[in-house]
Amino acid sequence: MDDLLKDFLAETCEALDLLDSEIVELEQRPGDPALLGSIFRVMHTIKGTCGFLGLPRLESVAHAAEDVLGRVRDGELAVSHDVISQVLVALDRIKELVASLGATGGEPAGEDREIIDALRRIANGETAAPASTAPAPEKQGSLFDRAGAASGIDTACELACAGFAAKSADGAELEPELLKLQFALAKGFEVALQSTPGIDIADVLTCLTDNGWTEEDIALLETEIGQGFRSLGVEEEDVAALLALLHRGAQDAPQAAPPLQTEQEPVVAAPASANPSTEKHDAAAQGQTQTLRVNINVLEDLMTLVSELVLTRNQLLQIMRSHGDSPFAAPLQRLNQVTTELQESVMMTRMQPIGNAWGKLPRLVRDLSQEVGKKIELVMTGADTELDRQILESIRDPLTHMVRNSADHGIEMAADRLAAGKPEHGTVELSARHEGGHIVVVVSDDGRGLPTARIREKVLTNGLATEIQLEGMSEQQIQQFIFRPGFSTAAAVTSVSGRGVGMDVVRNNIEKIGGIIEFQSTEGVGSRFTIKIPLTLAIVSALIVECEGERFALPQNSVVELVRINRATSKGLDNINGHPVYRLRDRLLPLVSLCEILGLPQTGSAAETSETDSMYVVVSQVGAFTFGIIVDKVFDTEEIVVKPVSRCMRHISCFSGTTILGDGRVIMILDPNGLASAVSASPHAEAATLAGNTGRGSRRDEAVSMLVFEARDGGPKAVPLSLVARLEETDLATAEKAGSLTVLQYRGGLMPLIDLDGNPAERKGRHPILVFVDGQRMLGLVVDRVVDIVDAPLDLQLSGGGRPGTLGSAIIAGAATDIVDTVYYLRQSNTNWFEVKTESPFGAEGERNVLLVEDSAFFRNLLIPMLTVAGYSVTVAEHAEAAISLCKDGGNFDVIVSDIEMPGLSGFDLVRTLRADERTSAVPIVAFSSHANPKDIARGREAGFTDYVTKLDPTALLNVLSRTHTEENHKEDAA
Amino acid sequence: MSTALHRTASTTAAGATTEDYVTMTIGGQSFGIPVLNVRDVLSPQVITRIPLAAPEIAGSLNLRGRIVTAINMRTRLGLPSEGFVERAMAVVVEHDDEPFSLLVDEVGEVLSVPLQRRESVPATLDERWREVSQGIYRLDDRLLLVLSVTSVLGAICAAPIH
Repeated sequence: MDDLLKDFLAETCEALDLLDSEIVELEQRPGDPALLGSIFRVMHTIKGTCGFLGLPRLESVAHAAEDVLGRVRDGELAVSHDVISQVLVALDRIKELVASLGATGGEPAGEDREIIDALRRIANGETAAPASTAPAPEKQGSLFDRAGAASGIDTACELACAGFAAKSADGAELEPELLKLQFALAKGFEVALQSTPGIDIADVLTCLTDNGWTEEDIALLETEIGQGFRSLGVEEEDVAALLALLHRGAQDAPQAAPPLQTEQEPVVAAPASANPSTEKHDAAAQGQTQTLRVNINVLEDLMTLVSELVLTRNQLLQIMRSHGDSPFAAPLQRLNQVTTELQESVMMTRMQPIGNAWGKLPRLVRDLSQEVGKKIELVMTGADTELDRQILESIRDPLTHMVRNSADHGIEMAADRLAAGKPEHGTVELSARHEGGHIVVVVSDDGRGLPTARIREKVLTNGLATEIQLEGMSEQQIQQFIFRPGFSTAAAVTSVSGRGVGMDVVRNNIEKIGGIIEFQSTEGVGSRFTIKIPLTLAIVSALIVECEGERFALPQNSVVELVRINRATSKGLDNINGHPVYRLRDRLLPLVSLCEILGLPQTGSAAETSETDSMYVVVSQVGAFTFGIIVDKVFDTEEIVVKPVSRCMRHISCFSGTTILGDGRVIMILDPNGLASAVSASPHAEAATLAGNTGRGSRRDEAVSMLVFEARDGGPKAVPLSLVARLEETDLATAEKAGSLTVLQYRGGLMPLIDLDGNPAERKGRHPILVFVDGQRMLGLVVDRVVDIVDAPLDLQLSGGGRPGTLGSAIIAGAATDIVDTVYYLRQSNTNWFEVKTESPFGAEGERNVLLVEDSAFFRNLLIPMLTVAGYSVTVAEHAEAAISLCKDGGNFDVIVSDIEMPGLSGFDLVRTLRADERTSAVPIVAFSSHANPKDIARGREAGFTDYVTKLDPTALLNVLSRTHTEENHKEDAA
Repeated sequence: MSTALHRTASTTAAGATTEDYVTMTIGGQSFGIPVLNVRDVLSPQVITRIPLAAPEIAGSLNLRGRIVTAINMRTRLGLPSEGFVERAMAVVVEHDDEPFSLLVDEVGEVLSVPLQRRESVPATLDERWREVSQGIYRLDDRLLLVLSVTSVLGAICAAPIH
């Protein structure tokens, strides 16, 4: 394929894309002369070039379409649905032809008569007439058409120039100029006959005279032009008229000029210019920006070279810094500046308006709305927002997919819309804007939205999540399921309005280029996709970190913050079952050691130095997952040029690329996604984040005195101090065996001793013992060391995860601490610890129903087993509102235990409400609060609480409950 | 310069049927790579270790702005390589349009040897050696094994696909 044809194809493809959207736009703004002019010009150029290249099929179709457009432009034809549809059909045929031209290098065989005839009929204002006007009758049409239209004129001029060159004395000398002359002449005729903007043919001749052409030459040229037209079969009469144009002064305006002329942009040309072709180009370039077509490979190479230059510059600057004063300083500074500017400029060449990815969408939406009979308007804003072409390519398909989905499934039928009180026209909005170093693209529609309930259903049937998991999710979280691979099954397509089709592919494509996609939908109101993508992938800002003497680059966009930890004091650094965690402000951050992930050998010397030194935690975020990466050192940030990893290392998920630093050394670029998957491979870390998230929801303000101790596997443990009666230290040698129990003679009784793993303690030596006492019964828990008593807000970060004897883990005094489930041990050691008691309070009456109103998960965990083993049947309400509705729904409770301070209604509000209700007015209600001063107690009683127990002493609750029961019995007896 | 002269001399002496090899030693054994396959010969370089990569991959180095993967030839051949990488010479070759540098003990002269003297590798040779050798030349003072760049790198590049 020759270059000329290649250029034509590239140009035409671009023009066709433009036409697609412009013609649809024309339908909406039929009167816009500028738009019409632009469309006409594009079609005309296609036709003209086809004639030039000898592509008859293309030319004839384009010509017919141009005729229609010409009539529309001249006001002889109104823009109607038929007109637009027919032009679009012609456009499709042109595309087909161009595509096959690109593939085979030639026009395919075939007939276009049908399309052409249809266009002719449209052009002649008919809608359904038979193809009688097919061969254009002679003496019809304008002089322009009779002269053979643009292609004919062009050919005539070509012949004229060739003839002129052969006959003129100066012919050989003028040879190189002739092509330009041919262009200028053809264009000149066109301008004169069609009143398009540009240089009139008369002016072209004036120009020639000004350039020193002799009278003879001009006369010869004129004869040749006449000859040229004649040889093409133009009638003598018309030839004379054409030649007359050559001599018409520039002053007398062309008669044929339609009134539209005035609406065209005024022509500011310089006819005095030496070269006629200059004018031609000026005219052609009018209304367009000056552009140059460059092969993409050239741009890519340029980018690579600039990257190298940037690296070399960085290297030089690094050397410079270590040398201080140097004669190279000034020029280097200049080099630095120029390089930066060059880099920016080259980046600019890769930038393309996002509109390039949108070009096909108006047509797509129009076709779709026709097909399904909906009325849809596509509104596009920010089409000129620019981004890297590599990224542009990656989002083109996802965008098309989303717009199609919105139009196809989102927007309702017109009737449904009207019924729902919405405007008949549905709107799909596509917008793009810059935001920081990112581009935000939003695809939204005002359609029916996506019912969350249906997604839920689908999620459950597809087994993507359990009912319980869904229970804990917000509506928005559930909506994100549409991006799950399992969601795009055939069944999902039909039942959930097809929105799930390939959304996982869309998300993958977006995430592959470092983007984020979110979905929001409100049923009946519409849905909205938000995509956030980086501007460019080629150069990123990265944080340089070191680990065991090896440096790595960590892309800055995933780094949230940096934390420096002094290893010596190591406040906040803990281990849970060997997995390091860090207490960062109010949450536990799972940590990973970069050295471990990368399998770097931890050399002794390095470990020693870093022991005395400090270490750094790079807090990173990947999606919603936050984790810390332990590194030895952190250096500065650098702009790095991302290069692909060698093929033999591409399987290592921890690396996303490689680069050369300013000092010339090669370093690997870490992939936060890869590291994150390495973290979450360990279930503990995942649990930490999950629990951390739920933990945030609960209250943290209640300070509880906790006894912190160490036992068995070393990590700190804690029990609420209120549960511990005494601390003793005893030599275990004095312990005795009593059956399967190890017991100690203590205060005149026998106290069973147990260990943290629930077995009778069989250790030797002096050990601290935590003594739990209830009435005559005692239990000793043998521990290794009592550390401290701490007042700490109790916020369970991790649930016990099924570990018996542990309620969960919390941050106490800056350390991750297991909270010991006392009740568990009490039951372990002495099965009838509670049974003894249970007999006395209720006798043979059976279970009593207790309603526990408590918002703190910790106290619920503490009280429920305690009350249960004490023989109560416990119902739990997490807040006052739930408690009220439970009572209203006919829940029959013998006693209610309620916290005072809760989110929403307080305990006081609760008790007032319950007291006001006939059914619950007499039920004993016990306040269970962390406030314990007499004023609080008085206030509680005033509000209607039967009794008041402080949280510091949960065991007292049992006594109080037992007492209220007895009192109640008395009351009943009295009554 | 001297190696270049040497080459021309031997080419003229032996006629057209000679092949030129860049010679190198790995663990005391002489190897040769066809001279046209060699892009560059480098003195010991700063090499960045790549964690988690195959053991043969010594790391990456910066060759005038290009990132080149360094292959530890001693490890590739199953030889001990303590302290080897730091003092190794690098022979830069291309494989599938990607540059690699083969780390060797020493790089010698360019030798021109008559093709007809090439013999096949003895079957008793270690599997790892046989796999990367294309043939063997009996020189006056030593044996020269012909190293196949494709075989050396093909296995490394193909292995990690799992």
